[in-house]
Amino acid sequence: MPHEIKEISEISDFRGINDMKRFIGFLIKEFYHIFRDFRTLLILFGMPVAQILLFGFAITNEIKDVKIAILDESKDNVTREISDKLLSSGYFLLYDNLQSVKDIEPEFRKGIIKEVIIFEPNFSDNLFKTGSANIQLIADASEPNLANMIVAYTTSIITNYRSEITKSEDVLPSINTEIKMRFNPNLKSVFMFVPGLMAVILLLVSALMTSISITKEKEMGTMEVLLVSPLKPFQIIIGKVIPYLLLAFVNAFVILGLAQFIFGVPIVGNTILLVLESALFVIVALSLGILISTISNNQQTAMMISLGGLMLPTIILSGYIFPIENMPIVLQIISNAVPARWFIAIVKGIMLKGSSFGYIMKETFVLIGMAVFFIFLSIIKFKTRLE
Amino acid sequence: MKIVEVKNIVKTFDKTTAVDDVSFEVEQGEIFGLIGPDGAGKTTLFRMLTTLLKPVKGNAKVLGLDVVKNYKQIRKKVGYMPGRFSLYQDLSVEENLKFFATIFGTTVEENYNLIKDIYILLEPFKKRKAGKLSGGMKQKLALCCALIHKPDVLFLDEPTTGVDPVSRNEFWDMLRKLKEQGITILVSTPYMDEASLCDRVALMQKGKTLSIDTPDNIIRQFKKSLFAIHSENQYELFQTLMKYEHRNTVFPFGEFLHYTDKRENISEDEIKNYLETLNLKGLKIKSVKPNIEDCFMALMEEK
Repeated sequence: MPHEIKEISEISDFRGINDMKRFIGFLIKEFYHIFRDFRTLLILFGMPVAQILLFGFAITNEIKDVKIAILDESKDNVTREISDKLLSSGYFLLYDNLQSVKDIEPEFRKGIIKEVIIFEPNFSDNLFKTGSANIQLIADASEPNLANMIVAYTTSIITNYRSEITKSEDVLPSINTEIKMRFNPNLKSVFMFVPGLMAVILLLVSALMTSISITKEKEMGTMEVLLVSPLKPFQIIIGKVIPYLLLAFVNAFVILGLAQFIFGVPIVGNTILLVLESALFVIVALSLGILISTISNNQQTAMMISLGGLMLPTIILSGYIFPIENMPIVLQIISNAVPARWFIAIVKGIMLKGSSFGYIMKETFVLIGMAVFFIFLSIIKFKTRLE
Repeated sequence: MKIVEVKNIVKTFDKTTAVDDVSFEVEQGEIFGLIGPDGAGKTTLFRMLTTLLKPVKGNAKVLGLDVVKNYKQIRKKVGYMPGRFSLYQDLSVEENLKFFATIFGTTVEENYNLIKDIYILLEPFKKRKAGKLSGGMKQKLALCCALIHKPDVLFLDEPTTGVDPVSRNEFWDMLRKLKEQGITILVSTPYMDEASLCDRVALMQKGKTLSIDTPDNIIRQFKKSLFAIHSENQYELFQTLMKYEHRNTVFPFGEFLHYTDKRENISEDEIKNYLETLNLKGLKIKSVKPNIEDCFMALMEEK
């Protein structure tokens, strides 16, 4: 009797066609889930746009119109010229001319000025007679990064001025350093954020959303019904993955589009290569998502693991915000395990430097290795039963 | 062929034994009930039969197929309705049904006659999201979804738990109609009164079966005379009866206490007289026919 049943099912089952129909039915259901959940849509489409606009407009590393005070104890031609240069640069605004050293402290306390520039008495005399004169820069270091930047900008303007006058008067031979910023000549911060943002958003959409959508089935008890059906486990997984794969691509194009047309971030290298590398990264992220869903039983756990275990390292250890070279050696080693680290290097290479495949081969192979490893691991971990 | 054959099946989780050496068989076209309180092992047993869990010991066959070795084939032929409401809340009635038809490689139209009687009740709400249906409606939809591929055997895990009495009755009517169409049904329930609606039942307690038979036979095996007793103070009555030297069993049953005596051929009056000597007021006592719950309690006492 068991044999009979088996044979009948073998004959009546047009395997390929039926399998395909089942799979398409499953895919349609997945799209229903995505397009009917407002929160999902918000994360999928609202977040990439909001993040890139935020990082592009609001968060900048450039300084502009910083209020300063000047204490000029010399009041000669040279100090006046230097002050004019500083104030006409666009970086600084004169808030106050101070009369004595005593005024400095109260002025800082008010919290309006960020820097005080002090010229010593007899500035121009000293400069031309002894060849050296002193300027003191006092910055408000309660915001250390800003203070550093302000001092650096001020110093460079003063250095420029000095080289001008030494050239015109031919006094001492001096060494001129000429600085060029390659690949991002204006040091625009949006250049640096776009690759990182690509990594974060693709990871979020692929890993977080996939793992949540799979664990949701477990939590609601529908996974039980799906398992007790002719759907094969890999069909369930692929069916879960494909919608997010497509949506991750839509997101990648939105980010690149916004970056290019609103902020003028160029894609110097090969666009097709960039798309292929993004696909590779998405596959790594999706396989991580599947892995997370196999080890967590509810949506909350999946979300905690995705956010804590994936997002945090991606933001902190990938070189997205903090340069990897400056990290303690232990963190540098750990950062090797963060897929985004390699992907960000690839995106920076292609987008900003126009690197060809040869230069990003190492990173690409690391990502391929990760993809293979995670897919293998999730196949082993995926349960065809409830235990 | 037996539709379901279970032989000495055991399932343990860590240190707890959920199903302990259970054996039974289900014939073609039967409604077979697994009756027992929460934690009796009903769900675990169902999950083993639907290939979701592997037995630790023993073996089970569904439609002649081994639940471990031939699990893929079993999954194509059985209908399963898990205990929790397991439909897609964000899909409409229609979409849920269509989805389950598709993944089983069939269409709603193809097997519509099988679900027609039930689906007609859902038809007016077919555009409504499953999450917005009432408990009874959800249960009907879940049944439709489990039936849509015309399974040879249907596993219903506590389908009536948390459903109002009217819907429960309707549900059992539906099961009887399905049985007429030749579908074998295994159903679990914690409600003892539903046992009489099954052809045969297995009474379960703590992973073991207490008795497997037709409801009538189980009741017939209840040999002692049974009394329903009521007084103004049920708690006091219960305490008193517990202390009574001839007491066999006593447990609350609705407004009454169901009582059996160790002695044979005892009359209502003898018990009444005894209780009256203890000053219990408003005594009512009558001889009643045992039901499945009485049998269940008696069998539990024996074990």
